[in-house]
Amino acid sequence: MSTFLYLVEHDRGRIDETATGGMTGARLLAERTGSELHAVAIGAGAEAAADRLAAYGAEQVHLVSHDLLTDYGPDAWAESLFQLAGSVGAGAVIATGTDRGNEVMAQVGARADLAMVANCLEIEPDGDDWLMTRVRWGGSLHERARLSAPVKLVTLAPHSTDAAPSDQPAAGIVSGFTPDLSEADAVTIVVDRVTVSEGITLATAPVVVSGGRGMGSAEAFDIIEELADLLGGAVGCSRVVTNNGWKNHKFQVGQTGTVVAPDLYIACGISGAIQHWVGMMNAKNVLAINIDRDAPMVTKADWAVIADLHQVVPAISAEITRRRTLAAESG
Amino acid sequence: MRILVCVKRVPAPGAKIVLTPDAQDIDASLLGFAVSPHEECAVEEAVQIVEREGGSVTVMTLGPPEAEEQLRSAVAVGATSVVLLPSDIPDWDPVSTSTALVSAISRLEDEEAPFDLILFGNESADSGGYQVGIRVARSLGRPMVTGIKGIDTEGDSVAARRETPSGWEVYRLPLPAIVGVKEGINLPRYPTLKGRMAARRAPVATMEPAESASGQSKVMLMTPPDAGSAVEILGEGPETAPAIVDIMEGLGLV
Ligand SMILES: Cc1cc2nc3c(=O)[nH]c(=O)nc-3n(C[C@H](O)[C@H](O)[C@H](O)COP(=O)(O)OP(=O)(O)OC[C@H]3O[C@@H](n4cnc5c(N)ncnc54)[C@H](O)[C@@H]3O)c2cc1C
Ligand SMILES: Nc1ncnc2c1ncn2[C@@H]1O[C@H](COP(=O)(O)O)[C@@H](O)[C@H]1O
Repeated sequence: MSTFLYLVEHDRGRIDETATGGMTGARLLAERTGSELHAVAIGAGAEAAADRLAAYGAEQVHLVSHDLLTDYGPDAWAESLFQLAGSVGAGAVIATGTDRGNEVMAQVGARADLAMVANCLEIEPDGDDWLMTRVRWGGSLHERARLSAPVKLVTLAPHSTDAAPSDQPAAGIVSGFTPDLSEADAVTIVVDRVTVSEGITLATAPVVVSGGRGMGSAEAFDIIEELADLLGGAVGCSRVVTNNGWKNHKFQVGQTGTVVAPDLYIACGISGAIQHWVGMMNAKNVLAINIDRDAPMVTKADWAVIADLHQVVPAISAEITRRRTLAAESG
Repeated sequence: MRILVCVKRVPAPGAKIVLTPDAQDIDASLLGFAVSPHEECAVEEAVQIVEREGGSVTVMTLGPPEAEEQLRSAVAVGATSVVLLPSDIPDWDPVSTSTALVSAISRLEDEEAPFDLILFGNESADSGGYQVGIRVARSLGRPMVTGIKGIDTEGDSVAARRETPSGWEVYRLPLPAIVGVKEGINLPRYPTLKGRMAARRAPVATMEPAESASGQSKVMLMTPPDAGSAVEILGEGPETAPAIVDIMEGLGLV
């Protein structure tokens, strides 16, 4: 029976839905190929996650430790994973396609001189090969790909499998693994951290009020900020806005910006190019404010107002303020 | 500082991606082309470093002969020299791409001098393999980190910053090193008239790309199913505000 390794990302033993969803995807794949799933956790505190990993199907949980593994480092992590894969004779090494997951798996691929297929949505075994659907263009296109390799190296697109514990919890036997690391592997380890505390972040805000080229200027974003504040939401923008220097790139939504999934996305003067759309297509509701009835953002939205945003946006803010004042007076 | 930037030519689709009838490629017959955005920022970063410290910026691409257009656009914003690895094979897989780049880089380094810094994009916009730079780094035996949104040169090392949900993590890499950058690291400049003239005259060096095999192959491309929503037009002016706020109240947001 072949062994599959799944690299777990954890924060001192705490694992989130990205990791449990990844474990679920890896377990389903292991079941389909008659393989056994092991979890791999690198860094301090990982033992705290062992029970949950067993619940999600880990027959074994490998806790990787070494004096040089002080913090995250792509080389040290990849070298550890590569050595562990060799020592258990893994048939596949799997991670979730996060920044770290893709980086570490690419490093493993480079070490093993094997292909690594990033951001897979679905994988089916086909004889000794795997056939997969993977993400291209940030999600606006899918690719059917074939992977022929003695050891399969893949990342699963984040959130591509809903987290679900196994019907029968696995044994979750905890074992330690100490890789053979050298100073060369430690060159790329994080040497410093800077914490920036921000209020509502774009990635997690319940409402995003976003402006595009139709804003016309940096100053015009005042009305976007006012509305976002009233709704307890975050401000977003399109790439045209960032390229014009009206807003910092950290506000950019899309393929090369931030991916958002708010309850409501309000797109003001944004045409809805595919690279913007993939950044907000998981919003539960979309309201478009645009002068062009045929703009893709309008035709794909749930609601639209065909008008000048410079008039509509302040009117919405005024209406919210009016109702709140009324409620406060009567309450 | 002697810097190399590897860029990729990609189509710039609009609201929808249309595939060729054989589903092997994007139908680009009506589309413009661009340098993949992360890499556009990599070029800008390299030019800024060289403006500060002196040196040269070489920009290289593996792609169709038309990719010369993207190389010239790099000259227009400050690249010193450009190299094209021309190939009519569309879609090189990541292993083959990195093999071709490594062999060209080795030749350039043998002919002149090693690059102190090589910049890649975090991922290519079209195929998004998240790995070509890492494979090149491994072959050349140089340290590499990806996802970088800040580079400070410090003598014979660079400090590279990566954004995390709570702030920044910092890496310090001894040169020669390789860094994968993300859009947002800087604001790429627009070409000047002088830059555009230089771009037109710039010689484009070409090198035959080395080929190799890998276990990954493309079967076909597919456009994901459209969620398809029937839009409700609320109105045509600011008088729609109450209806909008009603919706917000319905969603529990007000
Ligand atoms: C590889 C790649 C990656 C990219 N990544 C991203 C990304 O991450 N994010 C991103 O946003 N883009 C990205 N882009 C760019 C994208 O293709 C579009 O160019 C961009 O999203 C367009 O921005 P926009 O909608 O603001 O501008 P436009 O497309 O110019 O649209 C402006 C809209 O505003 C409307 N308008 C004008 N005036 C008013 C008014 N007074 N009131 C109301 N409406 C008005 C117009 O009708 C129009 O619909 C990427 C492109 C490429 C090639
Ligand atoms: N054909 C190419 N020519 C030059 N550089 C490339 C090419 N393909 C990819 N790259 C570089 O490698 C990075 C990562 O690509 P990928 O592994 O495809 O996501 C890109 O951002 C580019 O900097």
